[in-house]
Amino acid sequence: MSKNTIIFSSSLGKKFVMSLTGLFLCSFLIVHLGGNIALFTSKDTFNEYTKFMTSNPLIRFMEIILVLGFLTHIVDAILLYIRNKNASNTKYIFDKKKSSISSRSMALTGSFILFFLIVHLRSFWYEYKFGEVIYSEDSNGNQIKDMYHIVTSSFESPMYSLFYVSAVILLGIHLNHGFQSAFLSLGLRHKKYTPFISLIGKLFSFSITLGFISFPIYFCLKNFNLW
Amino acid sequence: MVDVIKSNIPEGELSKKWTNYKSSANLVNPSNRRNLDIIVVGSGLAGASAAASLGEMGYNVKCFCFQDSPRRAHSIAAQGGINAAKNYQNDGDSVGRLFYDTIKGGDYRSREANVYRLAEVSVNIIDQCVAQGVPFAREYGGLLDNRSFGGVQVQRTFYAKGQTGQQLLLGAYQALSRQISKGSVKMYNRHEMMDIVILDGKARGIVARNLLTGEISRHSSHAVILASGGYGNVFYLSTNAMGSNCSATWKAHKRGALFGNPCFVQIHPTCIPVSGEYQSKLTLMSESLRNDGRIWVPKKLEDAKRISLGEISPSDIIEENRDYYLERRYPSFGNLTPRDVASRAAKERCDAGFGVNLSGQAVFLDFKDSIKRYGKEVIESRYGNLFQMYEKITADNPYKIPMKIYPAIHYTMGGLWVDYDLQTNISGLFAAGEANFSDHGANRLGASALMQGLADGYFVLPYTVSNYLANDIQTGKISVESKEFSETEIKVKDRINYFLKNNGSKSVDYFHRKLGKIIWENCGMSRNKEDLNSAIEQLKTIKDDFWRNVKVTGRNNHLNQELEKAGRVADFIELGSLMCHDALNRNESCGGHFREEYQTEDGEALRNDETFSYVSAWKYNDENLSPKLFKENLIFKNIELKQRSYK
Amino acid sequence: MNLKLKVWRQESSKHKGKIVEYKVHDISPDMSFLEMMDQLNQSLIEKGQDPVAFDHDCREGICGSCSMYINGQPHGPENMITTCQLHMRSFNDGETVYIEPWRASTFPIIKDLVVDRSAFDKIIQAGGYISVNTSGNSQDANAIPIPKENADSAFDAATCIGCGACVATCKNSSAMLFTAAKISHLSNLPQGQVESSSRVISMVNKMDELGFGNCTNTGDCAVQCPKGISLDNIAKMNREYLKASLKSEK
Repeated sequence: MSKNTIIFSSSLGKKFVMSLTGLFLCSFLIVHLGGNIALFTSKDTFNEYTKFMTSNPLIRFMEIILVLGFLTHIVDAILLYIRNKNASNTKYIFDKKKSSISSRSMALTGSFILFFLIVHLRSFWYEYKFGEVIYSEDSNGNQIKDMYHIVTSSFESPMYSLFYVSAVILLGIHLNHGFQSAFLSLGLRHKKYTPFISLIGKLFSFSITLGFISFPIYFCLKNFNLW
Repeated sequence: MVDVIKSNIPEGELSKKWTNYKSSANLVNPSNRRNLDIIVVGSGLAGASAAASLGEMGYNVKCFCFQDSPRRAHSIAAQGGINAAKNYQNDGDSVGRLFYDTIKGGDYRSREANVYRLAEVSVNIIDQCVAQGVPFAREYGGLLDNRSFGGVQVQRTFYAKGQTGQQLLLGAYQALSRQISKGSVKMYNRHEMMDIVILDGKARGIVARNLLTGEISRHSSHAVILASGGYGNVFYLSTNAMGSNCSATWKAHKRGALFGNPCFVQIHPTCIPVSGEYQSKLTLMSESLRNDGRIWVPKKLEDAKRISLGEISPSDIIEENRDYYLERRYPSFGNLTPRDVASRAAKERCDAGFGVNLSGQAVFLDFKDSIKRYGKEVIESRYGNLFQMYEKITADNPYKIPMKIYPAIHYTMGGLWVDYDLQTNISGLFAAGEANFSDHGANRLGASALMQGLADGYFVLPYTVSNYLANDIQTGKISVESKEFSETEIKVKDRINYFLKNNGSKSVDYFHRKLGKIIWENCGMSRNKEDLNSAIEQLKTIKDDFWRNVKVTGRNNHLNQELEKAGRVADFIELGSLMCHDALNRNESCGGHFREEYQTEDGEALRNDETFSYVSAWKYNDENLSPKLFKENLIFKNIELKQRSYK
Repeated sequence: MNLKLKVWRQESSKHKGKIVEYKVHDISPDMSFLEMMDQLNQSLIEKGQDPVAFDHDCREGICGSCSMYINGQPHGPENMITTCQLHMRSFNDGETVYIEPWRASTFPIIKDLVVDRSAFDKIIQAGGYISVNTSGNSQDANAIPIPKENADSAFDAATCIGCGACVATCKNSSAMLFTAAKISHLSNLPQGQVESSSRVISMVNKMDELGFGNCTNTGDCAVQCPKGISLDNIAKMNREYLKASLKSEK
């Protein structure tokens, strides 16, 4: 192994990678949530936003980084999981942990989020790129793909919405531990600031959860003409 | 006619002896050192520091401990601190003063030259430990803090909260670990030394048992260092660890090494009292508590009775009705009198019926006044962990209710007799730390055990062992195939088989408890001729009963803790008898040895310098014969013998 | 009081273990947990059975020998104490008490409740020391003043007793808290600075090599540590490691 990569292959190196990619993915969530707010405005705004996001070169470049970020986070998680399972191969007959459930279920919540991510990409990204998409007119009269329609029709299914909501809640649980844990892994812990970071972490995971849940709820209410 | 033995003290002025010794001792050249093997038994402060230092010098060192790691040796439990004549507090301390205090504290029964050397190297210990990263307590200015301790009037005790022993041991353990990683020390964890092998009158190796597999192995060496600790567990209930034992030193004794002052044991005044029959060990509360706590019992017998029955609380007793007996009897030292004096005073009050618990064996250690003076925070910062420990054990909160304490056996000043080189009368067999008869005379001052253990291991043995080994550079590797090794191994195996095959009916603990009770009652805080004679007889019966009826379950070839205990208790029984013989021989009261026949009118110890100013060194005789006494006369040239007074 | 004990019995690392049930009677609430075990063992010996093997030595909470997983927690239900400091007043009459050994692949079971923790020694041997030879000529202990708060944090980290409760309770059997405590102890002191980079790298590598799991910052270790070693030490180790590996020219 090259000496430069030792830092990444060691246990602590893997922790750094997990935390850096994790925090990067957190920033993605903010952008993603921010963009999705366009769903609340109008069909055209959202579709134009989608068009921008899928065509701007800088965004396309970031997309590659994002994919790499996801892959690294996932591969690293799997490697860590295997290592940890090997280290603790026998279980107690009677065990009482005192730590939070969210901290102990990162692999579980993470796996579910991965599964959701695949479904999510299939239903939106794949549909948009390769599916039979309806076109609509933008404000300038150009034909653009109607992403808004894909979203609304997905959320018409109560099962899908339920799946979406539960995945987002699990994401929230994942973030609840992940956010502050990332700081600890990077060695950023301080008597004065750590409580503040924990608070930010809680607020962040809570707002992300609430933010993403708001979309299926919005469309559900709309379907029943309650909005 | 009693034989007199010599201690090989170098010539010259007291303060120059060690310097002269160092500059004239024989040396071994570095390239020869790697051909010389040294065995160290024990990994406490003395053992770990000796093994690390000798390994560092380039000798081939093998170190043995019965615990699963050298870090668990019982030195780790020392709480209070370590003395050194640094005079950082500018209160008049000096090497001479520490020397004087130690000799006086030991009731003039220690060897001047050794004690002076101890005081001299004490300052190096602190430097060495700080360099190793031992986190001693510091003041806000960043310099080292000191506290005072019983028996002295200067502040010379360095400490790390209530865990000084732990921090010093970890320092030595880390130094040892460094040598292990370098390959200069080979560590044998979970190995017990079963016997010493003597070849042509020289200690040339040991036979050890692997406690996990039962495998018996032979190890040869050019010198053997025993740093296996004291024998306090002869009392069954003591502040020693459960595994602390006398077997290594006792085996050496049976092979011909003299045992010095076995009756000098230290009873520590501040331990948590016994709570029931099931009790397996006693917990010490650091002596440092006496800095701020005041010791008392009620003045009126009926108050003591009502407190012990739980009818009234200690706080119901008004000031006038409290007897702060140490302050009353010893106004100048008060609660800080030396350990033996404080212990006996507690026993005196309790024997008179003033004990404050159901067994009548407890006195109060009260922090009320200090909390009032300094506030709870200050007391908490000084003793927080000790108070917490006390509360966990007794379920009483010492911030509100005074602690109950009672003396318990804590340290043994006696041990293998050694000369100035820390060498026993067997060539090549050295003893260090609590295992030797040491520099503490008849009583050890607080915070001096850590000092002695490290002094022996870091600063004395590297010189004296080299001095001895300088004559051995031609010897070459010592074979383990010799007749002596085989015979020793067979003897060891026979004994193990005896235990396992002996289909007795009583557990090892049964005998240990019985032994402990006999020794505590007859050879404990106070002794008399009649009791000691009776104890010797009782011990004969116990020994007989033990070998006939002891029951050891399990097999040899796996972890068998009962088998380990059986071997240790067998040795304790024999040692107990030697203690009684020694106590019987010493017709005086001094330090930890208090003979009821020899006391002043107001109950203070009455020393007899005329007749007993010697170290009694006992030689093992045959199984059924009494031990033979040798004497090392103590000559005091630099200190005037006085009746010890703390009044 | 009377208790029902469910104790893990295992002949050796090669044998399979199982829970065996024992009943103990007339237990005093003032007894320590290990004294209760002594009582059980005495009754087993009387019956000619093999007593339960368990590690113990000082019985005052400092040697770090005792290592029992009691009712699902290392060192039992109380915080900040070791098994030997646990007293029977923490249990109720008639209660069932599960007693298991530490479980981690790096701590193989030797017999019953005794495990092999020599991996901890190996981590210290990898660099948990300051390389200073014994000499009567070290500089004066007061030559370098050390700010009290640094000395205090070094001390707090150094109070680790190496019992292994952190590894035992960690769902990943990670030894981060143990390793971090030593790294943090030494790097808080000026004397430990010289080797701080090589120390953290070789100790972490040794820990990995021995097969300990990774840290997922659940914090169980710090909660269960009988000496209250804080997670701050792990953060400090992470910082030291990051610094050392970035700086390293190797």
